[in-house]
Amino acid sequence: MAASANEVRPTPPTDAGSSAPPPFEPLMQRNAAITEPGWVRWTLTGVAVVFLSLFLLLPLVSVFTEALRNGVGAYLSAIAEPDTLSSIRLTLIAAAIAVPLNLLLGVSAAWAITKFEFRGKSVLISLIDLPFSVSPVVSGLIYVLIFGRQGYLGPWVADHDIKILFAVPGIVLATIFVTFPFIARELIPLMQEQGTESEQAALSLGASGWQTFWHVTLPNIKWGLLYGVLLCNARAMGEFGAVSVVSGHIRGQTNTMPLQIEILYNEYSFSAAFAVASLLAGLALVTLGVKSLLEWRYGDELAASRRH
Amino acid sequence: MDIQIREIHKGFGNFPALRGVNLDIHSGELIALLGPSGSGKTTLLRTIAGLELPDAGQILFGGTDTAPLPVRERRVGFVFQHYALFKHKTVQDNVAFGLRVRKGPDRPSESVIRQRVLELLDLVQLSGLEKRYPAQLSGGQRQRVALARALAIEPRVLLLDEPFGALDAKVRKDLRRWLRELHDKTGYTTIFVTHDQEEALELADRVVVMNRGRIEQVGTTSEVYEQPATPFVFDFLGSVNVLAGEVQGRHLRIDGTELTLDTDREHPAGAVDVYVRPHDLRLVEDSSPGLGAAVRSVQRTGAVVRLTAELDHSGETVEVELSHLDPFALNRRGGDRIRVLPAVYGLFPRAPHAALRTLPDVDPKSVPEHRERGRLG
Repeated sequence: MAASANEVRPTPPTDAGSSAPPPFEPLMQRNAAITEPGWVRWTLTGVAVVFLSLFLLLPLVSVFTEALRNGVGAYLSAIAEPDTLSSIRLTLIAAAIAVPLNLLLGVSAAWAITKFEFRGKSVLISLIDLPFSVSPVVSGLIYVLIFGRQGYLGPWVADHDIKILFAVPGIVLATIFVTFPFIARELIPLMQEQGTESEQAALSLGASGWQTFWHVTLPNIKWGLLYGVLLCNARAMGEFGAVSVVSGHIRGQTNTMPLQIEILYNEYSFSAAFAVASLLAGLALVTLGVKSLLEWRYGDELAASRRH
Repeated sequence: MDIQIREIHKGFGNFPALRGVNLDIHSGELIALLGPSGSGKTTLLRTIAGLELPDAGQILFGGTDTAPLPVRERRVGFVFQHYALFKHKTVQDNVAFGLRVRKGPDRPSESVIRQRVLELLDLVQLSGLEKRYPAQLSGGQRQRVALARALAIEPRVLLLDEPFGALDAKVRKDLRRWLRELHDKTGYTTIFVTHDQEEALELADRVVVMNRGRIEQVGTTSEVYEQPATPFVFDFLGSVNVLAGEVQGRHLRIDGTELTLDTDREHPAGAVDVYVRPHDLRLVEDSSPGLGAAVRSVQRTGAVVRLTAELDHSGETVEVELSHLDPFALNRRGGDRIRVLPAVYGLFPRAPHAALRTLPDVDPKSVPEHRERGRLG
């Protein structure tokens, strides 16, 4: 960074040296002394590329080719099918409720863990990870156990004429459970690294707790938060196991997109199944794209939070 | 704003960080809290700010107890060691923060805020950089932004935690002088924490030397350096030789040599530790009273000649610092016979473990640090 006229000042104790980091340079750039010979490099790269194409790229391409096998018209009419449209609607509803709720829960959990000292903190951290370690099917079964006819709260729920299992609330609950860790896990390391000094500074300057959160904490975590929301959303829309257990598979009513795909596939309507699948795959691609964009643009801020 | 600190205790788990601290700070004073790491100086500063709550004791601002005031109502300007600037805000938004978060009639209009920010940036000599982000500033500039931000709320007291700790030596020195000028200009009551004795002595009106959660001595810079109240202060401010001695009436026996105590007061008889700084050891003629010693090594740093010598009887090692103009310093080399006489010294009753050559009341873990610092002076 060139020293501007502002930077060089006569009296004050300035340190003319600028603190801008040097431009990024790869460590092993054309340094024959510390790199592997050419054939090793090319083999390693080749293996990686072949593997990725075979296991990731090929399925993705095949989803889209299968979906469009019978032409664009068939593709569109498969999506316009009322049951399919209803499944898309349900998926969007579930994500629209689960993601904001998890945003709130995740931020509060991360806040509590990183800014306060309390008993049982490590237990709470482990609990946050629970949905990751438990099979989604089991997660779904938990809700059946609670709200089912023979469940703990089943009779009470039935008496009050509230439908949870085999209805939208059950699907939303299962989705929230499965996707809860994404935002909290993203934020905890980030907020741990940032510590509490900025917040203390804000408090000493007279800011209230809410002002401190809004003006100091949130701007510091916003990219990590966005990143977590993206991942959370992708999982919320794609969740199969837990939702499958609690949904009851009622066509046009409690089928989400992944469930609808399975049904269509089992009925041998391959192109319809792949058409819906292509929508989910498209969502995944968009998520990946936005995520890469964020990483490229705000890599430094995200670095602290990259754990999975 | 006068600040009174009354019998403050503060512990972290089993660790007592502050053990009964009493201190009176006068309005407009520039005070240094000086001590090794773990001495409780930062805890004391944070307790004054309200960032820590004391377990017991009182802190009075202008005679009023601050206990009911949470940190955001205390109006203290706290400058953190690592600045804690809001990195997503520009310099001017950082400085304006304390004014913008005010509510209702207390909140100045935006034009007043802007005016005030520009004045403050001028005061800390950062005019023209108001649109920059903290990442675009050097360490010294960031420190001054943090200072301007703290000054914006017109604090009742300015608290600085190791203000120059993260800066390199040259910048630190300049900033120190500049901070002194700023203090003289603005007159804020200022307390700063440092482990650097040179910094404390150069900058502060009064120095509070802390050790293990207690205050060892409070005094002007010359008082704490010239009349250290405790062995710890003696050792912490500058380097020191500790010699085993024995007092009998008006005589002091060191290393088998009898010296006359030059004091009005009667010192209680018994075993003592004699604390004498390397530059307070004089070389004398062979005929004069003094301790015989053999030079082990000679080292010259700039204008200072440093002799390491071994006392004849006890074999204790002493360090002597001489000016290179001192005739005794000329052409000294290992093996030379010399005679040394403590010109200025401190006598302290022998601490039980002094025989082990460790200094009393010093946390063993902190010794390397402050010894290191001690040599800088």
